[in-house]
Amino acid sequence: MQLYVFVLAGFVGMLVIARVPPLLHTPLMSATNAISGISLVGSLVAAGAGRSMVSTILGTVAVTTATINVVGGFIITKRMLAMFKRSDRRPSDAPSNAPKV
Amino acid sequence: MRELFVQASYLLASVFFILGLKSLSRAETASRGVTLAATGMLVAIVGTLMQQVIIDYRWIALGLTVGTVIGVPLGTRVPMTAMPQRIAIALTFGALAATLVGIAEFHDHADTMAFGQRIAVAFEVVLGALTVAGSFVAFGKLQEILPGRPLTYRGQNAVNFALLGVLVLMLGAVVAGVGGPMLFYGLIALAFLAGVMLVMPIGGADMPVVVALLNSYSGLASAATGFAISNNVLIVSGALDGTSGFLLSMLMSKAMNRSFANVLFGAFGSQAPGGAAAAGSSDLVATAISAEDAAVQLAYASNVVVVPGYGMAVAQAQHQVRELAELIEKRGGEVRYAIHPVAGRMPGHMNVLLAEANIPYDKLYDMDEINGDLSRADVALIIGANDVVNPAARTDPTSPIYGMPILNVDEAKSVIVLKRGMSVGFAGIDNMLFYQPRTRMLFGDAKASLVKLVTEIKALS
Repeated sequence: MQLYVFVLAGFVGMLVIARVPPLLHTPLMSATNAISGISLVGSLVAAGAGRSMVSTILGTVAVTTATINVVGGFIITKRMLAMFKRSDRRPSDAPSNAPKV
Repeated sequence: MRELFVQASYLLASVFFILGLKSLSRAETASRGVTLAATGMLVAIVGTLMQQVIIDYRWIALGLTVGTVIGVPLGTRVPMTAMPQRIAIALTFGALAATLVGIAEFHDHADTMAFGQRIAVAFEVVLGALTVAGSFVAFGKLQEILPGRPLTYRGQNAVNFALLGVLVLMLGAVVAGVGGPMLFYGLIALAFLAGVMLVMPIGGADMPVVVALLNSYSGLASAATGFAISNNVLIVSGALDGTSGFLLSMLMSKAMNRSFANVLFGAFGSQAPGGAAAAGSSDLVATAISAEDAAVQLAYASNVVVVPGYGMAVAQAQHQVRELAELIEKRGGEVRYAIHPVAGRMPGHMNVLLAEANIPYDKLYDMDEINGDLSRADVALIIGANDVVNPAARTDPTSPIYGMPILNVDEAKSVIVLKRGMSVGFAGIDNMLFYQPRTRMLFGDAKASLVKLVTEIKALS
């Protein structure tokens, strides 16, 4: 059953990711990195289920590193994508230096 | 009831992740998609915290707080030129989380684990530890803490194969349940060592492939975590991550005309540089051009194609490039950018660097989009690129880069190359483009040359 989920998700991944243009390959890697922070859900259980001291400590470290990826990963991906702008006006008629959106 | 809520939150998160990645197929929708994926993440976290097994929130709060405190500056402060090492260190963190969860799982349940779970945990820690060590070495090389050149020794491949062989045997033993805890921890240590040994011999120029491949391993490690703790959202995102990394590394090695095996075991850059340089090249003369003449040529061109390479990024010259392009555009010329898939140090890196310098992304063209159109260009301006514009890849079957897809700038009406000197590129081979009758060399530091070009063009009007 779980193997089923894995194979299907991999297949969906192939279809979706093959359509990402090279223009956005760095944001793609950065975004999948942030998404991989989902290992946080496993870490939360290890840290909070009160199973054993070893498990709690390892879990807490895992929560920390996974959170770094989630928080840092989404912020940097958003920051990067905000830099991608279209040229909708001729540069010759852009006299003002006021910020344009 | 509560369990149903948890599962629903995971399903929703999985859907949001897929939709988020789908929106990355267009620049217009990409940012919204990332917000969607982040929302999915939040939903999954809240869902997990609602689980009945979680009884103690103190340690969780500590981890979340420390992680956020470290994560925010890693998101807001890291410069775009440092993206490759930023990704490498993030892979280290991600894989570390997966490995630690695997160890915790083994520590608590080693005796009660079902066979399937045992397989999952074993793969989780092996892939995890391999990725932790491998990405950390990659980070060190990219950050230049470690030497970027390939570190090789005699019999290296034999040692690495032996290491992998022992790793597979130990993995089998752990799965079969023989050997006990010591074998399990030995397996982790060996996987860690293998990660170091496998990435050490790989040179800086090949890092894009390695980082993408490690991304794939880290995805598989978190999918294995999902199998180990029966968590579908982990399996789904691990599979997405795994395929993404795999597709990108395939793409990169294709763009460099190398097979996977060649990147991993070939140590390309370790051939004595210059040894491969064309022997007869000494009687060829490259024609230099002054900044004044180059400026005139650019100022009166109506169709300019800029080919940026890693050299431009190193010189931090992207802002000067934009300034030059704006001047040419003001005079009525069209400026486009031709981006080779391996320009920069990771997939798509050059696009981000140019976007950061406020160059509109609709002027950035992939190799396949612009190659058929390069013969129309009045001037092709090569800034810090070498091997990716070397016509030998098309014409000289004896060249080490023969067959590699290149930008056909030799078809342009004229070519201006900004270059420090006549040194060879990563591949260590001479570039016939520089000796073409239509090619002019503007020697000097890329940034300084661009500043000169800008001043000269301004003086013209």
